Amino acid sequence: MVDTLIAKRHLMANKKQTLVAMLGVTFGIAMFILMISFMIGVNQFMENTMLSSTPDIHIYNDIKTDYSVSIAGDYFKDKNLLVSVRHPKPKQVNLNIKNASGILNNLRQDPTITRVSPFLSTQVFYNYGPVQINGYINGVNIIDESKIFDLRSKMTIGQPEDLLNTDKGIIMGRGLANKLNLGIGDMVTLTTPAGTSMSFRVVGIFAIGIGTIDDTRSYINLANVQQLMGKDRSYITDINIKLVDNKLAPSKAGELYKKYNYKSDDWQTANSSVMASNIVRDVLTYVVSITLLTVAGFGIYNIMNMTIKNKMKDIAILKAQGFSGHDIVRIFLSQSLFIGFFGALMGEVLGFLLSYALSRVPFPHNDFISLKYFPVIFNPAHYLFGLVFGVVTPFIAGLMPSIRASRIDPVVILRG
Amino acid sequence: MSVALKVENVNKYFHEPEEFHVLSDISFSVNKGEFVPVIGKSGCGKSTLLYLLSTLDTDYKGKIFINDQLLTGESQNNLARFRNENIGFVFQFHFLLPEFTVLENVMLPALKLGKLSRKEIEEQAIDKLRQLQMDAFAHKLSSRLSGGQQQRVAIARALINDPTIIMADEPTGNLDSINTGIVFDIFKNLAHEKGITILTVTHDLDFAKSADRVIEMADGRIKDS
Ligand SMILES: Nc1ncnc2c1ncn2[C@@H]1O[C@H](COP(=O)(O)OP(=O)(O)O)[C@@H](O)[C@H]1O
Ligand SMILES: [Mg+2]
Repeated sequence: MVDTLIAKRHLMANKKQTLVAMLGVTFGIAMFILMISFMIGVNQFMENTMLSSTPDIHIYNDIKTDYSVSIAGDYFKDKNLLVSVRHPKPKQVNLNIKNASGILNNLRQDPTITRVSPFLSTQVFYNYGPVQINGYINGVNIIDESKIFDLRSKMTIGQPEDLLNTDKGIIMGRGLANKLNLGIGDMVTLTTPAGTSMSFRVVGIFAIGIGTIDDTRSYINLANVQQLMGKDRSYITDINIKLVDNKLAPSKAGELYKKYNYKSDDWQTANSSVMASNIVRDVLTYVVSITLLTVAGFGIYNIMNMTIKNKMKDIAILKAQGFSGHDIVRIFLSQSLFIGFFGALMGEVLGFLLSYALSRVPFPHNDFISLKYFPVIFNPAHYLFGLVFGVVTPFIAGLMPSIRASRIDPVVILRG
Repeated sequence: MSVALKVENVNKYFHEPEEFHVLSDISFSVNKGEFVPVIGKSGCGKSTLLYLLSTLDTDYKGKIFINDQLLTGESQNNLARFRNENIGFVFQFHFLLPEFTVLENVMLPALKLGKLSRKEIEEQAIDKLRQLQMDAFAHKLSSRLSGGQQQRVAIARALINDPTIIMADEPTGNLDSINTGIVFDIFKNLAHEKGITILTVTHDLDFAKSADRVIEMADGRIKDS
């Protein structure tokens, strides 16, 4: 194709200028790749951490206190009397989920639900010698619970099943175990707010990677907690649910709330601040990338205008020899696309190298999240997107100058 | 004898900076294989006429035929194609493309036409350069040549697609008398031996007189001779 031959010659004749224009695109695409790989990496890390501590749906009884019932009515039998009670004391309420076994059966038969884990959560004091630490325990069926949160991969010592093989075992958060200076086989005494207490043997230690959980939570068999609290076998306070498709959690949570009239939190609502910061990072990535590419686009636009100004005579001579306006557009647009394509290709390589380097940088040590390196993901879709971006930008930037070049009147130029 | 170029009642006006009737009632025809110099005082409209005949300028009244084909009113794309195939161009300031070698400059219009393979085009281009004794310079960058050499390359380029007609606007305007002689001899040969019609604007009256026929212009009209 003769048009491409001419385009190539023009590019080669101004190697420096071509390279500068290409580097503009290279830089823009590299930054785009680096930013999106890192930002999406952070988002994914946040989401993973979130999902490892939040079930798809969490059902619980959120009536903490009950002020609705007053004995004043019983006392003043007269129906025409208006009785006002100031500062009533709340009635003692049970925080459990009534008709738990019926609800659990229903949930287990639901085809959109893959796993159901009922549990009993309560505040406790951890006593080890003179040390006393406030925290809480989850009384669980450890098999169900570990399927929902993949506890197996979070265990630093022991296995989730060890809880079943030990009478009165406890699996402890790593931060909590460290504070109490406890290891496998050590005994710890738990005291409930009601004053009852019981001793447990440490059989495992887990680390989810979120300080607020690892420093306060332990797992115990459900029956042990029911025993500790003096409750019967059907007494549970919470149900964790894993769905086939966790994107459907918000609507499913609404449905479950309507059905059972217990508070149902989906993971997105429970982590709305994390979701919001994910969106902020996404927007930031695109704004910065588009800005960089726009700057690169203007660079190409400038250079194309300069090239065309220098090539007016050549354009006139080509037209006089029978090259059409379309040919002229092709000659200059292909230069711009060449700059874009190879600039983008180099940008992808540079972006990959930078992303890779970042993924090898140790993440500053931090008590709240456990991260060894900066979170970076390598997604081919981002690279494809970068390439498309790197070709579309120069296309737009080169189109106007190329069309202007094709409209040059050769007679005006040839007259001199 | 068949007619290569026919002009009927052509009029052209410039509107800027003021209304100016630059060509008035131009009518003439040129036969195939004729060598016809166009002479006239500077500013009488020779270049303007040549741009109309070469289809680069389409803003005129009247009719222009080349090879009995009416070109007036054709689309820009068709005219580009027609120029490529039928018209060879030689300008005063040689106008070769500086990034290309001599050979490539000659090949470009044929590559654009796309009727022959690259190899065949290259052979033809070498052949044309040989006719003009420029084959020794084939692989030199065109910007390295002298003015006379460049003008000969430009003529080889004008010949590459075997056009019906070659139009030249003061092709020897920048050349010394030796090179001017060479160029006109080439033109005469092309006309008489290859049957190519040649229309060339010139100020060189000596050479003009030796031609078959001369078109003389004055104030935008053709003078009867
Ligand atoms: N684009 C233009 N606009 C207005 N007047 C022009 C333009 N081009 C040429 N002219 C005028 O038209 C006349 C003919 O010009 P030209 O054809 O170049 O003459 P020649 O080639 O015979 O010297 C001159 O007077 C010139 O000034
Ligand atoms: Mg002139």
